[in-house]
Amino acid sequence: MHDVSFDIAKGETVAITGASGAGKSTLLAMLAGLDLPTAGHLWLDGQDLTALSEDGRARLRAQRVGFVFQSFHLIPSLTALENVLLPLELAQRGNAQGQAREVLERVGLAPRVDHYPRQLSGGEQQRVALARAFVIGPAVLFADEPTGNLDANTGQRIIELMFEMNRTTRTTLVLVTHEQELAQRCDRILHMHAGRLVTS
Amino acid sequence: MHALRLALRTLLREWRSGELGVLLLALTTAVAALTGVGFLVGRIDTAVREQATQVLAADVRVSSTQPLPDSWFSTASQRGVHSARIQTLLSVVFRGDDSQLANVEAVSDGYPLRGTLLVADQAFADGSATRDIPAPGQVWPSSKLIATLGGGIGTKLAIGAATLTVTRILIARPDQGVNLADLAPSLIMNLKDLPGTQLIQPGSRVSYSGLFAADPALIRAFRPWLLEQIRPADRMRDVSDASPQLETAVDRAGRFLTLASLVSVLLCSIAVAMSARQYVRRHLDAVALLKTLGATRAFTLTVSLLQLVIVALLASAMGSVIGFLAQEWLLHAVRGLLGTTVLPPANLAPLGMGVSAALAVLAGFALPPLLQLARVPPLRVLRRDVGPPPPLVILAFGPALVVVVGLVWWAVRDVRLAVQFLIGLSVFLAALAAAGYVLVTLCGRLRGRVGVAWRYGIANLSRRRADSMVQIAAFGAGLMVLLVLGVVRDDLEVDWRRSLPADAPNYFFVNIPPADSNAFRQFIEQRGARLSRMLPMLRGRLTAINGEDVQTMRFARRGGDARGFSGREQNVTWASTLGDDNQIVAGSFWPSDYHGAPQVSLATEFQQSLGVGVGDKVSFDVGGEPFEATVTSVRKVKWDSFQPNFFVVFSPGVLDAVSGTYLTSAYFHPRDPHVMAQLARRFPSVSIFNVDDLLAQVRGIIDKAVLAVQSVFAFTLFAGLVVLLAAVQSSREERRFESAMLRTLGARGATVWQGVMAEFVALGLLAGSLAVAGAALAGAFVATRVLQVPYELDPWLPLVGIGGGALLVCLSGWLATRSVISQPPILTLRGD
Repeated sequence: MHDVSFDIAKGETVAITGASGAGKSTLLAMLAGLDLPTAGHLWLDGQDLTALSEDGRARLRAQRVGFVFQSFHLIPSLTALENVLLPLELAQRGNAQGQAREVLERVGLAPRVDHYPRQLSGGEQQRVALARAFVIGPAVLFADEPTGNLDANTGQRIIELMFEMNRTTRTTLVLVTHEQELAQRCDRILHMHAGRLVTS
Repeated sequence: MHALRLALRTLLREWRSGELGVLLLALTTAVAALTGVGFLVGRIDTAVREQATQVLAADVRVSSTQPLPDSWFSTASQRGVHSARIQTLLSVVFRGDDSQLANVEAVSDGYPLRGTLLVADQAFADGSATRDIPAPGQVWPSSKLIATLGGGIGTKLAIGAATLTVTRILIARPDQGVNLADLAPSLIMNLKDLPGTQLIQPGSRVSYSGLFAADPALIRAFRPWLLEQIRPADRMRDVSDASPQLETAVDRAGRFLTLASLVSVLLCSIAVAMSARQYVRRHLDAVALLKTLGATRAFTLTVSLLQLVIVALLASAMGSVIGFLAQEWLLHAVRGLLGTTVLPPANLAPLGMGVSAALAVLAGFALPPLLQLARVPPLRVLRRDVGPPPPLVILAFGPALVVVVGLVWWAVRDVRLAVQFLIGLSVFLAALAAAGYVLVTLCGRLRGRVGVAWRYGIANLSRRRADSMVQIAAFGAGLMVLLVLGVVRDDLEVDWRRSLPADAPNYFFVNIPPADSNAFRQFIEQRGARLSRMLPMLRGRLTAINGEDVQTMRFARRGGDARGFSGREQNVTWASTLGDDNQIVAGSFWPSDYHGAPQVSLATEFQQSLGVGVGDKVSFDVGGEPFEATVTSVRKVKWDSFQPNFFVVFSPGVLDAVSGTYLTSAYFHPRDPHVMAQLARRFPSVSIFNVDDLLAQVRGIIDKAVLAVQSVFAFTLFAGLVVLLAAVQSSREERRFESAMLRTLGARGATVWQGVMAEFVALGLLAGSLAVAGAALAGAFVATRVLQVPYELDPWLPLVGIGGGALLVCLSGWLATRSVISQPPILTLRGD
């Protein structure tokens, strides 16, 4: 990536778009502190990510960041409830069970909390992933093609749920997408081309 | 050639993926276990067979408890047959105040008639052959004896009343055989010196041997004549029956060790199957692509097969080297176990066996998945959910079954034993797997009550339930067999010692001349020791039961006991009363003042093996005096009381006409070697057995035998670890991704590490618990059923088993996953 510089305000919703290989996912990875730039700086919620160690960035993510992936990425050996419990326990929050059940109820999965990922449909898995992302009350939610593996109807329902939760929790939302319709729902679109930001 | 070129070109790249490494390790372990045992058994077997021709040191050998008539030797000389004499007895040998019980072999000129003596100037050195025997005044002690007593060439040794000078160290003699239980060190001396020792008194326990050798025609003519002269107490042997029992014992031990090594091979086969499965999973896309580009099924199969065969050949070479080094080390470690220090060089047969086994294991366990790989449709390049069609069950499991059955058959060459072993092993592994399933399920219930790292670890165990069961069963089996040996060796001896009273006799005295019995008793009592009962000891032979000759009888129990009790001479006694360690279980014992018609009381072992009972009449020949006695009681004897006891006890007066010696035991505290030295000088014909020394010697032999078996089972434990590695390897990609996922969600490196280690700790704890439970059960069974001593669980057993298991699994797991758990979180996005 070259010459990429921008700010995202608290509570803002931002879509990152671009063709395959344009650098969308790389940008997302850097914003979330999953990767670091070879030059330049990144600030997340007031913290300079480039000044933090890998464990320091992990601690920051545990407290302030939520993720939703295209392939859901639930831990297959853990139940829906345990998957949602995971970030709460990593952030060492109290009343983890109660919070996890509550957020699963909000995404409509109360009856399926003890099911394993393989026992859930794609839409249900993505709802668990949403619950897992929102359960810690993150400052920023990063979503990487959140509807990419879902059919149109299910994808639409997930998007509605994500934006609704974003509204109620006032979380900053950064999502990578190919879908113009989805991008248009965001406050701002960052368009990438060949590793450069062409519109902001 | 294209296939070979592609196979070679991609082999090194394949190496980095890991499963070929596990495959190499599994096959190397299997080959090392098989060839190690093969080399070992082959060398011992060759040694035994070579020595069988020399073990008599003669063509014909007669042994007896009675002196051999001079006429035999003069007749032999007249007929052109060479002869020599040996007189053997146990005696204490002194070097100053140091003493050691030794097997004294007094030999005449000409000994040995077949084979050669090996002598050296230093103990345990390589010997050189000599045709000499010690000259009068000289003695050649064995390495073991001189090492125990100290000293070397020029040392004076006192044997009875004589003092002889060490001029050579005896390294080996042909007729020592390959004694697996050669308890006492030995020496040879000139027969002419024997009278000067004054060791031979009336009733002394001396073995007389006559050696005869000549050209085949002369010996064939002499043998029938000699056979006619043979008396009941004599035993004649020639080469044909030189050492059949030993050969049988070696054969059985060889089969046992080979079967033990096969357990390692079978565990390694599981690892091979797991690695092959992972290899196939990883190559589905590549093979589909090759097919899309025009490669045939045969071509893709050949490339994979060639790569695996190259790995198998490499494993065979490495495994053979490890196996050879392992048996060299083991032979060195168990040096004293075998009577000989010089073993023939290893033959190369086990090498072929190792290569064949490696290829067979590949064919049985890796070929079926590879055949499936070759069937993957090219459509997969467009639709990744398309895989090869499911295999026929017979093709999936048939080759493995054939290979397992084939290997077991090759090891035992006996249908019944092979079937028994296969059934036993299947039941054993199935029981372990079932127990593993129960443990994993129970463990899964704990996950709601533990922290995030443990929950993640335990959840992984439950998710990969089948793999977890296999790992627990495989590693548990390896650990269990090692623990069982440890339990049987240590716990039981401790328990048995604990069951003995503190003042149980610790010395046995044999061959006390009747004339010296009172002086002997006084001597002992004056030195503050407490003597147990003193019983006469005579040599007698059962000749008939109820008038029927025992030689012509068939006994219900055809074991060694019945043959031993019926045909051979054995020790008998007479007594007017019984000790507390004898309990009458049938009939009644004669009154203490009884002097009537001959009666006999039999120990239960004697009575049961010969099927005689109260009221039966038994005929004995004691010292040439035949007589008949009625069985009036049967006794259960507590043999571990360390009191003198006999299978056969006659009523007073029956044996009056026969001279014998006395036997007794005593408790000395503290153990004083000077008293024993005085005693041995005062009563030179008395043989002294120190119970602790005997136990220590027996313990030494058991330790070495156990070490040999443990070494083979160490391969089993390692094979269990290889299965663990194979399972970790096959879940490597999942672990890589999940570690990155946890990091993305905010887990610190230490948390991810704890989660993975929690899984291995749980796995090790479960496998260790299983191994400890199995070992304790086996120990309790052996203690209560076989040895009939109370069993107490050694508190160290759970600690060593469970702790050691967890530690080993953790260490292996850490080695296998250390690169996986440090994955950067960016993988979660790249994984898309």
